[in-house]
Amino acid sequence: MSADTYSLKVNGTDRQVTESLPGESLLRVLRERLGFHGSKNACEEGECGSCTVVVNGQTVCSCLVLAESVTGYEITTIEGVADDDGLSDVQQAFIDTGAVQCGFCTPGLVMSVGALLDSVPDPDELAVREAISGNLCRCTGYGRIIEAVSQTVDGRRDDGSRS
Amino acid sequence: MLNGRQHGGVSVTIATSLEDACAALAVEPCPLVLSGGTDLMVEVNRGSRRVGDIVVVNRVPELVGWRRKGDQLRLGAAVTFAEICGSELESLVPALAQAARTVGSPQIRNVATLGGNIATASPAGDSIPVLAALDAVLELRSAEATREVSLRDFITGVKQTCLLPGELIEAVRVPVLDGPQEFCKVGTRNAMVISVASLAILANRGSRRITVGLGSVSPAPLRASDAEDHISPHINWDGGAIPDEATIAHFARLVAGAANPIDDHRSSALYRTHAIRVLARRALSRVLGRLSAT
Amino acid sequence: MTGTRVARRTGTAPRIGESARRPDGVPKATGSFSFSSDLRHDRMLWGGTLRSPHPSARIRSVQIGEAVAVTGVHAVLLSDDVPGQKVFGLEHRDQPVLAGDVVRYEGEPIAIVAADHPEAVRTALRAIVVDYEVLTPVVDPMTVEETESIHPDGNLIRRIHLRHGSQDVVGDVQVEGTYEVAMQDQAFLGPESGMAVPADDGSIDLYVATQWLHSDRDQVADCMGLDPEKVRLTLAGVGGAFGAREDLSLHVHLCMLAQHTGRPVKMVYSREESFHGHVHRHPAQMWYRHHADRDGTLVRVEARLILDGGAYASSSSAVIANATCFAAGPYRVPSAEINGAAVRTNNPPCGAMRGFGAVQTCFAHEAQMDRLAKALGMDPVELRLHNALVPGDKLLTGQTITGTAPVAEVIRTCAEHPSAAAIATDPLELPGGTGRTADPGHVVRGEALALGFKNLMFSEGFDDSSEASCRLLDGVATITSACAEVGQGFVTVVQQIVREVLGVDEVVLLQASTADVGSAGSTSASRQTWMSGGAVQEACGQVRVQLLERLATQCGVDTDDLVLADGQIVSLSGGLEVDLAVATEEPVEASVVFRHAPTWPLDEHGQGSAHVAFAFSAHRAIVDVDTELGLVKVVELTTSQDVGRVLNPMQVVGQLEGGAAQGVGLAVMEEVLVTDGRIRNASFTDYLVPTALDMPPVEIAALIEQAEPGAPFGAKGIGEAPAISSTAAVAAAIRNATGLNLPRVPVRPVDIVFPEGAT
Repeated sequence: MSADTYSLKVNGTDRQVTESLPGESLLRVLRERLGFHGSKNACEEGECGSCTVVVNGQTVCSCLVLAESVTGYEITTIEGVADDDGLSDVQQAFIDTGAVQCGFCTPGLVMSVGALLDSVPDPDELAVREAISGNLCRCTGYGRIIEAVSQTVDGRRDDGSRS
Repeated sequence: MLNGRQHGGVSVTIATSLEDACAALAVEPCPLVLSGGTDLMVEVNRGSRRVGDIVVVNRVPELVGWRRKGDQLRLGAAVTFAEICGSELESLVPALAQAARTVGSPQIRNVATLGGNIATASPAGDSIPVLAALDAVLELRSAEATREVSLRDFITGVKQTCLLPGELIEAVRVPVLDGPQEFCKVGTRNAMVISVASLAILANRGSRRITVGLGSVSPAPLRASDAEDHISPHINWDGGAIPDEATIAHFARLVAGAANPIDDHRSSALYRTHAIRVLARRALSRVLGRLSAT
Repeated sequence: MTGTRVARRTGTAPRIGESARRPDGVPKATGSFSFSSDLRHDRMLWGGTLRSPHPSARIRSVQIGEAVAVTGVHAVLLSDDVPGQKVFGLEHRDQPVLAGDVVRYEGEPIAIVAADHPEAVRTALRAIVVDYEVLTPVVDPMTVEETESIHPDGNLIRRIHLRHGSQDVVGDVQVEGTYEVAMQDQAFLGPESGMAVPADDGSIDLYVATQWLHSDRDQVADCMGLDPEKVRLTLAGVGGAFGAREDLSLHVHLCMLAQHTGRPVKMVYSREESFHGHVHRHPAQMWYRHHADRDGTLVRVEARLILDGGAYASSSSAVIANATCFAAGPYRVPSAEINGAAVRTNNPPCGAMRGFGAVQTCFAHEAQMDRLAKALGMDPVELRLHNALVPGDKLLTGQTITGTAPVAEVIRTCAEHPSAAAIATDPLELPGGTGRTADPGHVVRGEALALGFKNLMFSEGFDDSSEASCRLLDGVATITSACAEVGQGFVTVVQQIVREVLGVDEVVLLQASTADVGSAGSTSASRQTWMSGGAVQEACGQVRVQLLERLATQCGVDTDDLVLADGQIVSLSGGLEVDLAVATEEPVEASVVFRHAPTWPLDEHGQGSAHVAFAFSAHRAIVDVDTELGLVKVVELTTSQDVGRVLNPMQVVGQLEGGAAQGVGLAVMEEVLVTDGRIRNASFTDYLVPTALDMPPVEIAALIEQAEPGAPFGAKGIGEAPAISSTAAVAAAIRNATGLNLPRVPVRPVDIVFPEGAT
C-alpha cells in the first residue's frame, strides 16, 4: 500500500482510497473517489444532514468526518441499507407516504430514521422530531416524514406480532 | 500502534495509545490534534484552513469514556456529547448533559467531543459555561510532561488557549455536586442552533455555594462571582424557605452585570444581557424549587 | 435517453384523484437518483468562479497570469471572453455574464476557471489578482431613485401606479400601518450545479438543474453567440427550486469553459456561494391605509410598496406587478391607489420565490385587516368574510373574476376547524426547544387567521405556452415535455393524466430536454399542472381520437361506436374487442402547444385583465410565545385551500405542508442579513430554516374543490398559496399573544423584547 492510500470499509466491503488529498472529508471520498453519490452535499458544514451516514452504528455528518479517521470502522451509506434492488421498510414508507419530493434530503433522512428505529423501536412524535432535527428538508415541512416513521413503526409492530 | 499515512507532504496519524499520540505530536511543526473533527472540518471544507499534519486522538483508550472516583468525575477528552447526554452522567452532572443535548444535531453529538469543544474555545461552546461553573480542571499531556490547568485559565480569549505545541487535552475533571443544576441556552431556532446566550447554575450543598457560568457573552469562560456571593448566603441550604423575589431579581441583575457581550449577526449585546438576566432568574428559580423540595 | 417507467397490471395504476406514488421515489429513496451535483464524465474538468468581495466597485484590472500557471488549470476566462451577448436576464438582459468594468453586488462573478481538480480550481481562483476601486454601495431602496444611477438602465426597475375606482373615497374608519419583510432565501438543498459537454460541431450539451429549460437555452445561446439549436439543455436532477432556479447562474460559465477547453466541465456551488449565486425574495417596505364603513365594508385601500430588487432586474418587474395587483388581498375593494416600485440597489439581486410578491403584501394587508377589525370592534374572521371576494367581483386591476373564488368557504372551513393543539409541557415543545429556556408558566398562547391569494400562471399578456407530445406504441404511452420536475411531482401527475385519458397503465416520461420538444414554460407561478398537464391531456386526447378513428376505419365501424378503457378498445354495439397494445403496434402520435386564456398588459393606471386565474388560501396559526425572551414556538397550523380539484391527495398535502414550512420560516427565523450590501449569514449555520422541532403539524381543514373553468380536470395550481398566508397568520398569532404591533417579519426576539425598536 502506498503512503497516500488507505482503505475504508463501506457497506461491508473494503475500499481502497488512492491518491488521497489532505483533509478530505468522508463525504468527498464517498462521492468523488468511491462512487457513492447517494450521500448528498448540501452544506458541508454539518447543518443539513443530507450527507448522513452511519459509522459504527451511529449517524454522522460525513462532511464533518475526516475520511482517514474512520479507517477500520463499519461505514454504512444509503447504498447499503437494503439488499440489491430491494428497499428497506423505511425507504418504502418514505415513498408510500409522500415523504419524498425533490429527494435531496431523503438519503440522509432514511439514515437518521433507520438509526433511530434501530435503537428506539417505538419513539413518540417528539422523539422522532428531535432525532431528525439535524436533517433539514425544504420541501415537505416534515409532515410526511413523520408519517413515514409512524408507518414504519406500525409495520414493524405488525410483523412482530405476526411472528 | 501508530497508524500513519502521508500524502501531499501531510501525514495523518491515528493514535491508539496516549504514548503514541504524544510522540506523534512531539515534532516540528506541531501537528493538529483531531478528535471528532466537527469544528475543524467546517473550515477545511470551506478552504479557509490549510491542512497540516494531523493526529487523530479519539481512539486513544485513555481519552475515551469516563469514570467516577469518589466525588470526582474524570471525563476523557474524547467523550462525545451523545455519550454525555445519554448516560449516567445525566444524573451526575445534569447541567453538562443538558448542555450536551443542545450541541449541534444528533449527528454532530455522535462525534463531537468534550475535549474538542474546549480546545476550539469558541465563546459559544455549549459545554463551556457548565465547565466554568463546575471549576473544571483539564489534564494536559505532552511527550515530556503532564500538567493541570483550570478551564478558566485554559481558554484565554476567543479561540485562544494556553495549549502548548505538542500538548493535548487528556481529560476533564469535574466534581459530582450535591444539588440541582440547570443549563439554559437561547437560540433563534428550537434545535441545532448556535447559542446567542447561555447560562449554567449549579447548587452545591456541600460548600453551600451557588455557582454560575455564562456562555456567548464574553470572549473567555465567565463566572458571575458577585451574583454567586450575593445569592449563596441567602439560601436555606437545609431545605425549606427560599429567597424572596427581590433577592432573586437582584441576583439576576448581578449575573447580567457580569456579562460582557458583543453585537454580531446572531444578536445584539443588549439582547444578550437581557437574556442572561431572564435565564438567571428562571434557572435559579428552578434550582431553588428543587433545593427546597428535597 | 433515460426515462421513468412503471409497469403494472392494466387498470390498476392510480389515476386522477388517487394518491399515486412518485415514479422517481425509488431512486430518490435509495440514493441512486442522479442530481445535477452527481453528474460525471470521464474527461471532465471542474469549474469555479471568482466573485467580487465588494458590493460596489470599479475594476481597474484583473491579472490572471499566475492563475493560468497553476498546475492542472485549463482555462481562466474573463468578461472579454464571453463569445456572444455579454449580458443575460430573465425579463431584461441587464446582468453581465462576468463583470467587466464594474461590480454591482457582493458575489458578482468576475472570472471563471476550469481545472483538473477542485483543489487546482481553488488555487487558481486565489491566484487571480483584481484591482478594485471600491465604491460606496447604494443600499437604501427608499432613497435610491434620488441617487445616481448604478446601472445604465437606471435605478428604477418598474413602477406601477395603480388607481382603481373613484379616488375621492374616504372611509368612516381608517387604519394606517408601515410594514417590512426581510430578504428570504429559497434555501433549496441541492446546490447550483451542472455540466457542459462540448460537441465536435461547436454545439454544446448543458445538463443543469433549472426551472425553465428553454428560457435558459435562449439566454445561454445568445451569450455564447450560438444559434439556439446549438445549445441542447437537458434537465439534470433538481434538488429543490422555489424560484431560485428561474434565473441563470452557472449556465453560461460552464458553456464558456467547455467550449474553450474542449472538455466537459462540471461546477457545483458551495452553500456560501449559493447564497450569492441566486436571487432571493425581495425585501419589502410597505405603507398602507385602509378605509372602511362602520359596518366593516372596505371602501378604499391606499398603499405604497417598495421592493428592493438588488443589483439586477431578474423578474422584479413581474414581482412588483403581483405585489401591486394583489396588494389588498382577496377582498372587494372598490377604490384603491397602490404605488408599487421595484428599485435597483447594490444589494443582492432579488427575483422569484414561491409566492412571488404576494407574500410580502399578504403580510401587510392581513395585519391591516386585523388592525381594522380592532378599530371597528369587529371579529377579524367576520370582517374577512364580510369583504371576501366572490366570482363576478372586480380586482384592484378592474379585472372581473370569471373563474372560481371560494374565498368565504376557505375562511369559514379554516376558522371553524377544531384545534388539536395541546398545552405544551415538554421543554422541547416550548419556545426555546432544546435550550430549555421556558417553563409552561412563561408562555403566552396566541391564535390568528390570515388569508391570501395570488394569480396562477404568467400574466400581463405574456405568451405563456407549453408543448407536449404523446406517442402510443404497443400499449405504452411515451410523453415528451420540457417541464422541469423540481420536486413538485409533475412526474407523478403526468402519469395519472395519461392513464386517465388513454386508459393505459404504462407511461414513460422522457427526460426533459430542449432537443426533443418546445418550451413547457417555467416551473413556477403554480402553472405546470395546468399548462404542461393541459398539454399532455390534449396530446393524449388527440392520440385517443386518432387511434379510434384509425381503428374505426380499419374495422369499418363508426368511430362513435368505439370506447377506449382499461387497455381495451371495445365497440358499444358489440363484436369488437381489441387490446390496446395490439391496436397500437403501429404508433399513434400527437403533439400540441397548450395555451391558457389570453391576458392583457396593465394600463398606465394598473388596470387590465392581466391574470388568468387565482388561488386562495387561509391559515390559522397557534403559537406559544415566551414574551420575556422573545422566543416563539409555532404550535399548530390549520389551512384551507382553494384547489379546484385534487389530482393527487398525497402530493397536495405535501405541497401544503412544505409551503407552510417556508412561511413559518419567514415568520420567525429566516432572513438574509445584509449590511452595506454584504450578506452576513451566507451559510446554513446562520441562515436558519425550520427543523422538525420548529415546524408544527399542519392540519388541513378543507381542500375546496370547485372545478376551475379552462383548467385540466378543473385543477388549480397549489404550490404557492401555502407559502403566502402562512407567514401572515403566524405573525398575527404572535401579535395576538403579545399585544405588540410587530410590523416586520421575521419576528426576531428583539422585536418582542424591545418593541420600541431598541436593539
